[in-house]
Amino acid sequence: MLLQFNIQVIVLAAQATWRRSIRPAIVQDYILFPLIGFAGVLLLWWIVATFFTTLLPTPLDALLANMDYILNPFYRRGPGDLGIGWLLLASLRRVFLGFLLGSIVAIPVGFLIGTSKRAMLAINPLIQIFKPVSPVAWLPVALATFNLANPSAIFVIFITSLWPTMINTAVGVASVPKDYLDVAQVLEMPRWRQMLKIIWPASLPYVFTGLRISLGIAWLVIVAVEMLTGGIGIGFFVWDEWNRLNLNSVFLAIFVIGLTGLVLDYLLGRLQMWITHRPPTTT
Amino acid sequence: MKPTTFYTTSGSFASSPSDDEFLVIENLSKTYRTPDGDHSVVLKDINLTIREDEYVSIIGHSGCGKSTLLKIVAGLERATSGMVRLQGKEIRKPGTDRMMVFQQYSLLPWLTARDNIRLAVDEALPRISPAERRRIVNEHIEMVNLSAAANKYPDELSGGMKQRVGIARALAIRPMMLLMDEPFGALDALTRGKLQRQVLNIWESHRQSVMMVTHDVDEAIYMSDRIVLMTNGPAATIGEVLEVPFSHPRNIQEIRELPEYYELRNHALNFLDRHFS
Ligand SMILES: Nc1ncnc2c1ncn2[C@@H]1O[C@H](COP(=O)(O)OP(=O)(O)OP(=O)(O)O)[C@@H](O)[C@H]1O
Ligand SMILES: [Mg+2]
Repeated sequence: MLLQFNIQVIVLAAQATWRRSIRPAIVQDYILFPLIGFAGVLLLWWIVATFFTTLLPTPLDALLANMDYILNPFYRRGPGDLGIGWLLLASLRRVFLGFLLGSIVAIPVGFLIGTSKRAMLAINPLIQIFKPVSPVAWLPVALATFNLANPSAIFVIFITSLWPTMINTAVGVASVPKDYLDVAQVLEMPRWRQMLKIIWPASLPYVFTGLRISLGIAWLVIVAVEMLTGGIGIGFFVWDEWNRLNLNSVFLAIFVIGLTGLVLDYLLGRLQMWITHRPPTTT
Repeated sequence: MKPTTFYTTSGSFASSPSDDEFLVIENLSKTYRTPDGDHSVVLKDINLTIREDEYVSIIGHSGCGKSTLLKIVAGLERATSGMVRLQGKEIRKPGTDRMMVFQQYSLLPWLTARDNIRLAVDEALPRISPAERRRIVNEHIEMVNLSAAANKYPDELSGGMKQRVGIARALAIRPMMLLMDEPFGALDALTRGKLQRQVLNIWESHRQSVMMVTHDVDEAIYMSDRIVLMTNGPAATIGEVLEVPFSHPRNIQEIRELPEYYELRNHALNFLDRHFS
């Protein structure tokens, strides 16, 4: 069974608490046990840090050392010296631009592959070849083309966002239940209206699955890309702090990156629920 | 068993005038190809003629091919051999003249109950005014008693409610022929009785050709003019066709007091018993 821990369940638990209908099982499942999990990791960290003082700061040291970052996420103290909030926003901006462009390309292409056998035969081999390539491998190509770090990072995210969305959209379009198509046929819908009114809405959950995978990978990839390109961003921050042997900030960054990824996925899940009126499948 | 006057065996349909031959099913067979290359014969040599204003029920054991037969008439499946003619023209594809109530409801999950019905009305009746379309949608929502749940999505509806949306959707577009695949199967006894009455009211005031699949012999006798009894699959065919001798409009209490009712009922049940493998 999958271990599920995401914001949805936290929100669920919070809502249940607010409604003052606290069911002990929910509190236990979604608050108590996760807290125990976190506490366990912190304890382990603490033990390791106490015995190998050169290896790690203790959690408390890390927290104290990061107090400035946590309390002032949006400071500006010079050209390169920005609060962690700004860095996060810069990374998010790249991800959003690349993801948006990628989705704009991937969804129609996926739709085409799903509806046309010929398009599938033509495009599928390309996808199969490019999909296993780490998107970071495209960075030199992008740098050579654009000569600038920022557009190159966006381009890599663009590439990242293509494959999962394309594949899932195609699968969704190709696997629209026959029942729905039967309804469309009995109603004598013309082909283009079938696409608009039946096939498109029926495959939306798959499209969203693809989008969520894409966004998740894009958020993974941006950190690596920024480490390589430098500039302002959460990824470069990690690398920079490591070079200054400042492990405390690296831990902070890891936590912030993880939390942001969680929030991104949650927001996309909400969007899906709002658009498709069906609960998203949690992964 | 004592031969009764009101049933005829299959294949003996009279050569009647052409307006009696609204729908003609001729030597129809259906074979599915199984994944391992074999052929499984589902339907074999089906012959049936349905009049323009006739209500026909189809009864048979599960899996004998009733839904398949209905889908072929709807144009959603193709017959392997033989043909189906509607008003003299061979059926090749689906059309709004033959609307289907699907066994598995087939509602679109991204649309509310009302919008499911509205979509059908908008597609099938594009020429009438939007106000009139809205009126038709509301009228049929009320007819199946779903006003309170009209804005819910199919996921939020019970099986019986979904079935009622499916019935409303089919009736709302005023098809020439109505194909109903176990339309009342998921309903509780009370709702079923009411809805049977409503469908019958509509049919009695505006007669049309109906094919209804059912497992319920009482329902078949109550609603239809003829009952088609199918033999078991594989290679199912029409075993017998029973004439229901009661005139419309019918009253369920009254016909249940007639001796013919029980004769008919026992005959049908005996047939089904005999063909239970
Ligand atoms: N698409 C298909 N491919 C292969 N076999 C099929 C297909 N559809 C139906 N069949 C087979 O045809 C037979 C008849 O199916 P059908 O759904 O028409 O039965 P039915 O009489 O409607 O049964 P029920 O009363 O349970 O609804 C079954 O044996 C089924 O396995
Ligand atoms: Mg069936």
